[in-house]
Amino acid sequence: MQYMLLIYGDEAAMAAAPEAAVGEMLAAYGAYSEAMVAAGVMAGGNRLRPSRAATAVRVADGRAQVLDGPYAETKEQLAGYFLIDVPDLDAALAWAERCPGAATGTVEVRPVWAM
Amino acid sequence: MGDVAAAQGARAAAEAVARDGYGRLVAFVAARTGDVAGAEDALSDAFAAALRDWPAGGVPANPAAWLVTVAKRRLIDAGRRGGSAAEALRMLAEERMERAVPEEVPGEVPEVPDDRLALMFVCAHRAIDPAARAPLMLQTVLGLDAAAIAGAFLASPAAMAQRLVRAKARIRLAGIPFRLPERAEMDERLGDVLDAVYAAFAAGWTDPGGTDPRRRALAGEAIWLGRLLAELLPTEPEALGLLALMLYAEARRGARRDADGGFVPLDRQDTAAWDGAGIDAAEALLLRASRMGKVGRFQLEAAIQSAHVVRRRSGRADWPAIVRLYDGLAALTGSVVVAVNRAAALAEVSGAAAGLAALDAVAGDARLATYQPYWAARAELLARTGLAEAARAAFARAIGLEPDPVVRRFLAERSGGLG
Repeated sequence: MQYMLLIYGDEAAMAAAPEAAVGEMLAAYGAYSEAMVAAGVMAGGNRLRPSRAATAVRVADGRAQVLDGPYAETKEQLAGYFLIDVPDLDAALAWAERCPGAATGTVEVRPVWAM
Repeated sequence: MGDVAAAQGARAAAEAVARDGYGRLVAFVAARTGDVAGAEDALSDAFAAALRDWPAGGVPANPAAWLVTVAKRRLIDAGRRGGSAAEALRMLAEERMERAVPEEVPGEVPEVPDDRLALMFVCAHRAIDPAARAPLMLQTVLGLDAAAIAGAFLASPAAMAQRLVRAKARIRLAGIPFRLPERAEMDERLGDVLDAVYAAFAAGWTDPGGTDPRRRALAGEAIWLGRLLAELLPTEPEALGLLALMLYAEARRGARRDADGGFVPLDRQDTAAWDGAGIDAAEALLLRASRMGKVGRFQLEAAIQSAHVVRRRSGRADWPAIVRLYDGLAALTGSVVVAVNRAAALAEVSGAAAGLAALDAVAGDARLATYQPYWAARAELLARTGLAEAARAAFARAIGLEPDPVVRRFLAERSGGLG
């Protein structure tokens, strides 16, 4: 089964973090994705630019409304994602636990709707 | 007349399979499809078909295998209706079942493999709402309907049905696996299963009147689950500990009320009203568990019960042992409930003042403001130290927090008896 690991974190805290801490975090993510590749579960993943770079689009009455900013203004924002291919939820939860973002924010685990 | 007899025979055969094997069949099918609700639906169709076909065609040699075959056909039909993706899933499930259902050998009745343990681990999975775990287990393993479960968990039948439907959808959609945990996570995962079984027992045990047959039945069903766990995991001491704990409590069920229906606290119960055979069974289980050398919460709780029922022979509970066991439990759980019980036991060993001091030590905990046993224990100890005024106030608080009118009356009488 494929699962999406959606990584939510506090953007303000991330922006204010000292350089050393950011470096450490990036190194941790590097090791984490390498481990996923080595285990043969990695199906994709990326870090996202902060939500101030986000643009939201909605079509109403045939007209596109474009709003600058994220879908929802919340303290914790989607900061990145991984798509993994594992046998079941237990395996997905085990990878979610290891995600560096789980220690500072929240990792939401969602099964992909298989078509 | 012959038709009536055949129909009755078929019904009895179907009921016998259902009683002994319902959970086993659900577990077998669900473990191969990942879909508990689908397994239940398919099996309920299969049981309906049995009641229709068996009177005329006779009861098959292996009723369980017959039911699984019909259920499998239903799943495949459902798959066809559900579109290509659903069908692919059903076909996969079918293949797996084909491999797993034993070949029919004439003269032999092969057993359907037992996946009930895996099903119990699914019901108590950490991705399932803790409040839904015990009801889910009662429904899937024992086949109880939502209405029978709802009352004991203080929910309306509709709300309980919805909770169960949601949990089952989650099992399928989130991909919760039907397998036993790895050794490294066994203790934690088993703890969740045991907690759920104990929650089912507690829902049946805290029956205010002591007379609600539905709740009483629930305690019995929980004990049945406990026996199943102890049988399937005979080397897990906590599984044995839980079963022992439930058997101790069940053995004292009748003694909780006097002839007039009044409340009788544990230390005043007539030991002749306890079920001796039940206690002996519990003692044997606890002894077996203790020899495995791995202490846990349920073994400690059962040991506390054991130290209480010593009164059968010695006339007095082993209070020093009870205090030590609560010490162990407190170290393990850090629970304020344990601290309250320990204080009450300490009062029996070192006097009411020592017990009160122990209660004072945890009095700052906000949860105690609404915890009846704390106020009842406090009231008793204040009364014993001669502080009648403070005792009356604490009794009033306990009465205000107690839902059971029989216990309220007991507390009111204690309070009224103060000088």
